[in-house]
Amino acid sequence: MSDQISDVTLRQEVQQWLSRNWTSEVAEALKNEGYNWGASEERKAWLRKVVAARWAVPRWPEVWHGRGMNDDQAKIIEREFALLGAPGAGQDRVNLWANTLLAAGTDALKEKLIGPLLRNEVNMCLLYSEPGAGSDLAGIRTRADRDGDNYVVNGQKVWTSGAAVADYGMLIARTDWDVPKHQGISFFFCPMKQEGIEVRPLRQITDESHFNEVFITDAIVPAENILSVPGGGWQVLNTALAYERSSMGEAARGPRSGVPIAPGEQPLIALAREANRLDEPALRQDIAQAIAYKRLNALNTARAKADLEQGTSSSIMSLGKLAMSRILHEEARVRTEILGAQSLLEGELYPRAEDANFLSLNAYFTSIGGGTDQIQRNIIGERVLGLPKEPEVDKNVPFRDVRTS
Amino acid sequence: MNTLSAEERNALRDSVQRLLGDKSTESEVRATMETERGYDDGLWQALAEMGVTGLIIDEKFGGSGAGPMELEAVMEEAGAALLCSPLLASGVLAAELLSALDSSKVNERLLPQIATGAKIATAVLTGDAGTWAEPDIGVKAQRESDEWRLTGRGNYVLHGQNADILLVAAKTQDDLMVFEVESQAHGIVIEALPTFDHTQRLASIDFEAVIARPIETSIPVWQAIQRAIDLALVALAGEQAGGAQKVLNFTVEYAKTRIQFGRQIGSFQAIKHMAADLLLETESAISAARHAAASIASRSDRQNEAVSLAAFTCADVFVKTAADGIQMHGGIAFTWEHPAHLYLKRARADAYLFGAPGHFRERYLQALTNNAAQG
Repeated sequence: MSDQISDVTLRQEVQQWLSRNWTSEVAEALKNEGYNWGASEERKAWLRKVVAARWAVPRWPEVWHGRGMNDDQAKIIEREFALLGAPGAGQDRVNLWANTLLAAGTDALKEKLIGPLLRNEVNMCLLYSEPGAGSDLAGIRTRADRDGDNYVVNGQKVWTSGAAVADYGMLIARTDWDVPKHQGISFFFCPMKQEGIEVRPLRQITDESHFNEVFITDAIVPAENILSVPGGGWQVLNTALAYERSSMGEAARGPRSGVPIAPGEQPLIALAREANRLDEPALRQDIAQAIAYKRLNALNTARAKADLEQGTSSSIMSLGKLAMSRILHEEARVRTEILGAQSLLEGELYPRAEDANFLSLNAYFTSIGGGTDQIQRNIIGERVLGLPKEPEVDKNVPFRDVRTS
Repeated sequence: MNTLSAEERNALRDSVQRLLGDKSTESEVRATMETERGYDDGLWQALAEMGVTGLIIDEKFGGSGAGPMELEAVMEEAGAALLCSPLLASGVLAAELLSALDSSKVNERLLPQIATGAKIATAVLTGDAGTWAEPDIGVKAQRESDEWRLTGRGNYVLHGQNADILLVAAKTQDDLMVFEVESQAHGIVIEALPTFDHTQRLASIDFEAVIARPIETSIPVWQAIQRAIDLALVALAGEQAGGAQKVLNFTVEYAKTRIQFGRQIGSFQAIKHMAADLLLETESAISAARHAAASIASRSDRQNEAVSLAAFTCADVFVKTAADGIQMHGGIAFTWEHPAHLYLKRARADAYLFGAPGHFRERYLQALTNNAAQG
């Protein structure tokens, strides 16, 4: 399909379609939808149109709503959507759930779920981490046992956002305990709305609850919901994690008091001015360094992007997470330093203290979440710098013989 | 200032890298640093033939007419190879000071000789305080009938002992001027300083009623000096970023080959995590140095901010990388035979040339505050 259409024609076709369909009413309705778990009716209606017109996943084959198009042409479509702020394009790059399913799902499951996933008609969550398997994700102990046409699942998952409203969870569970740990894991789309699934909110150190614990007791997963083959789950997981990383880009949360600092200025400078401490040399050094970390990360990211555009891959991308952890922890530390004794307080009457304390705690969201900074340093050391891995004592041992805490 | 295309810049970088890979090897650096002059004339000639000695000098004065981005790229290679040369003193600081003062008569006479490397020039800009700030200028100029005479002391003069031409910042009765004087002139005493970094050459210079030629200019003089120092800072940032990257590279390679406890030491997280952290540091230094060069090349109104950021970032990163590199090597890098200490010494010396990192953090914050005030 892509071979027959020129870039110019394609661009015109997208533009014409958008001008007919992305009306001001639609744009307005999507702009005003409040954020919630699950898409609004307006968003679903819009996505139905985008998917039907084959703009959502142009790189995919025609049989799965695509156009079999090359990357350059697919980008033309994404760019036209982006220019108008219209959502739904580029899902062949960023839709974690649909991409994972397309890569490794059974035809029956694809038939059932790919369309709904692209149209945001089903809600999803991730059932990966467990209380006993954090950094060592391959050490999971949730089990899935074959029983006729189904698998029966038992175990406990944690750090699951959106679990309460999810229709399916992408689940890793152990199906073979007699092979080494990476080889006995299988990957499933697990139906969430069933008796065997219990979701409990988890209270965080910030006193918020964005995550849940999920207790799984004799939950039923149809055998057709397995991705890849039994024991092939670790490879599927790595594909899924790659999509997750490429679509993360989501910035860390800012202060939560809602009381703004002087706009148009770096928050740390404005805060120090407000506290009448902007003339203290020691504090000025800290403020300058904290702002510099942020600026350097922006410069690194810009350079990595330029490298990618020129077709050379960049090692800088892998550094973003470490850089962001340092930025967040350091900025929170300097905010606290500026406030001094006021940081002993919290609540609405003390919004600056509230923000400094919240940011100090929430910085761990970045330095632990999605893999700790220490695991990230291993990854950088091994995959970017080419340093050898540590010997793994549990690598070639049947999983049932692996030591646990 | 002109700027070459990215391809031309890469070609320039490649040829400098090849030249230095050939003529500025570790053993050559070690041999050169033990000489009195501290640089190799053959290599200086080769750099001149490549257009590097006159890199940022306008073509109409016999230079290459390249800009800050080319300079930064060349200096990354110079840092990696620990190049011993008066390039920063003559081809950057002095050349840019003359260009900034923009006296066509003086430039027509001096810049072509600096561009070809035939004459070494340097700038005398700071006194014993060594802060490179205006109040610390240590030379005074007095007019006697139609002659100007310089008296006082300049310190930390880069390659002062090797210079043919001195550009001297001096306070007059109520102003600031730059004077041109030959290093052989009567009343000048040049004393080579014992440098901690043996690959560097510094001198103190005493002036006793030295007759000197004023450089007439319509440009505010401190502004011209600041412009020259800023370009030198960008060059230095490139040297620091390139040096840091080189140290990280050879340290990582060593961690792959050194075996202890039956395994490569790079497999230990104690080493691996330091290396990962240093990668973030060195990449940040390269980004900062290149961004500062680009912001001068594009005459950005935020170049003060960009240069300050690069100055303290690259200084701190080179020192940290060279220091951690020694620690990661262990005992072998505590020996004189191992090159790691050469990089640490260069890093420590670079960090305090033209101002301390803390000074540039302060300047960075001031620039941010001013930019916000101007919207």
